[in-house]
Amino acid sequence: MTYTAGIDLGSTYAKAVILGPEGRLAGAGMRQTGFKLGEAATGVLDEALAAAGIQRSELAYVASTGYGRSQVAFADVQATDLTSAAWGSRFFYPETRTVLDVGGQTMKAMRLDGRGQVQSFRLNDKCAAGTGAFLEKTARYLGYSIQEIGPLAEYSKESVPISGVCAVFAESEVINHVSNSAQPADIMHGAMVSLIERSVRLMKRTGMEPEVTVIGGIARFPTIVRIMREQLGRPVNLPPEPLVQFVGAIGAAVLARRRLAKLQAVGEAPGGGLH
Amino acid sequence: MAYAAGVDVGSTQTKAVIIDQEGAIVGRSLIPTGANVVAAAEHAFRLALDAEGVAESEVGFVVGTGYGRYRVEFGDTQITEIVCHARGAAHMFPETETVLDMGGQDTKAIRIRRGGDVVDFCMNDKCAAGTGRFLQSAAAALELDLGELGPLALKGRRPVAISTTCTVFAESEVLSWLSRGKKIEDILLGVHRSIASRSIGLLRRVGVEGQVTFTGGVTRNPAMVEVLNEMLDLSLNVSEESHYMGALGAALFARERQHKGRRPAEQETAV
Repeated sequence: MTYTAGIDLGSTYAKAVILGPEGRLAGAGMRQTGFKLGEAATGVLDEALAAAGIQRSELAYVASTGYGRSQVAFADVQATDLTSAAWGSRFFYPETRTVLDVGGQTMKAMRLDGRGQVQSFRLNDKCAAGTGAFLEKTARYLGYSIQEIGPLAEYSKESVPISGVCAVFAESEVINHVSNSAQPADIMHGAMVSLIERSVRLMKRTGMEPEVTVIGGIARFPTIVRIMREQLGRPVNLPPEPLVQFVGAIGAAVLARRRLAKLQAVGEAPGGGLH
Repeated sequence: MAYAAGVDVGSTQTKAVIIDQEGAIVGRSLIPTGANVVAAAEHAFRLALDAEGVAESEVGFVVGTGYGRYRVEFGDTQITEIVCHARGAAHMFPETETVLDMGGQDTKAIRIRRGGDVVDFCMNDKCAAGTGRFLQSAAAALELDLGELGPLALKGRRPVAISTTCTVFAESEVLSWLSRGKKIEDILLGVHRSIASRSIGLLRRVGVEGQVTFTGGVTRNPAMVEVLNEMLDLSLNVSEESHYMGALGAALFARERQHKGRRPAEQETAV
């Protein structure tokens, strides 16, 4: 067994990771995706290779994932976002059976079986009410930046109920609460509660089972995770802070490693390092 | 008491209309609602009065309507905007049996009897898709004024297919079409068609009967009128006053109430 790579070409950031011979994280890289997807993929892979201190020829298998996955010309296999999220979550928490992935524009929930196969999933990608954009909008209406969302909610003493049906309608709600002298921290907390209620409903529709692992941008907000623990009445797994954005890339690299192992078992391994 | 007034406090704009005893509009105003709803209502009323030099004491009755109708603190009563739009549309276009009201955050399809009584209605109460807000997002993404969108969209020949439902995501979809080299006119035509098709969905739920009158702020957009006419295969009733239809309906109710009963004593003393 040798090195494998996973490249996650997202709409905003390109991420790459290298897994070493033992399946441990050997290096990672991240950069903005920009308009030239192919260049972003090559560039971010080179960063990860440099971080791992290996040559490209030492890579035996490469998997791509994310919205630009088909543009990674040198990938041996492509993984859907769901598959890579599942394997990435299990990389950190092997007992994961439910994954919640909430990013800037999507909310996804999926249930896995004991072997990591996706059994069912639900998406909320047509509506901003269940995504990070809902929190962004609320912050903007309150006059705060995106970076201030997390710290602001920490100050909340008492949640203000926000209906959460629509990110646009939330504006009038927020304005009403502000004019009734509600604290911005409490309004932000209320927006988080409404987002979590939506995400819990989405998870329940997949037939949620423990352990639950939360990934995506919202995993960076401690308040969200705390509210979710309260609502579910059970612990929630989080990827380690510096790696929050790399879960998809790690999942792709794990998939690459599994593919490679299968091919080696039948004596057909491709890829630079083995040739 | 020669005059009656209607104040329509919408999510985006506040409109006020003053009518005389014949129901003709003598004064009107239109301002952004902003964060201070109470002040917006007062300011719009004041501007409508000043437009034709009508004194407040000459206004016998004021009806508040729209989402902020309970914040019209000087209003004598409140009536929902659905009923007011129906009434205004029936007054302006007596053959109206269907009303489509497209505003900043709401789109409503209303079926009425001749004369303005509401039979049925349907609105987007869960989601801002298919409302004027979608146009605002597109305008923001393209750095255009709202008023420029319609005329540009009319130049479009090959509308792009907008897949986004959510207004919040509209901006990124518009930008992604631009980055793929589509013309602004074609993107905008696609945006208009997308909004029109959602509002036609609402219309179908109440049934399209008789003449259809188009009301609300989006009536000012010539491309929306044309796209709706084409997709519905009919000719919508639209006039210069369509933007004020809710306020006009409210003023018409105010005129009626004024005849039925006197104004509350507190306001009377100001005369």
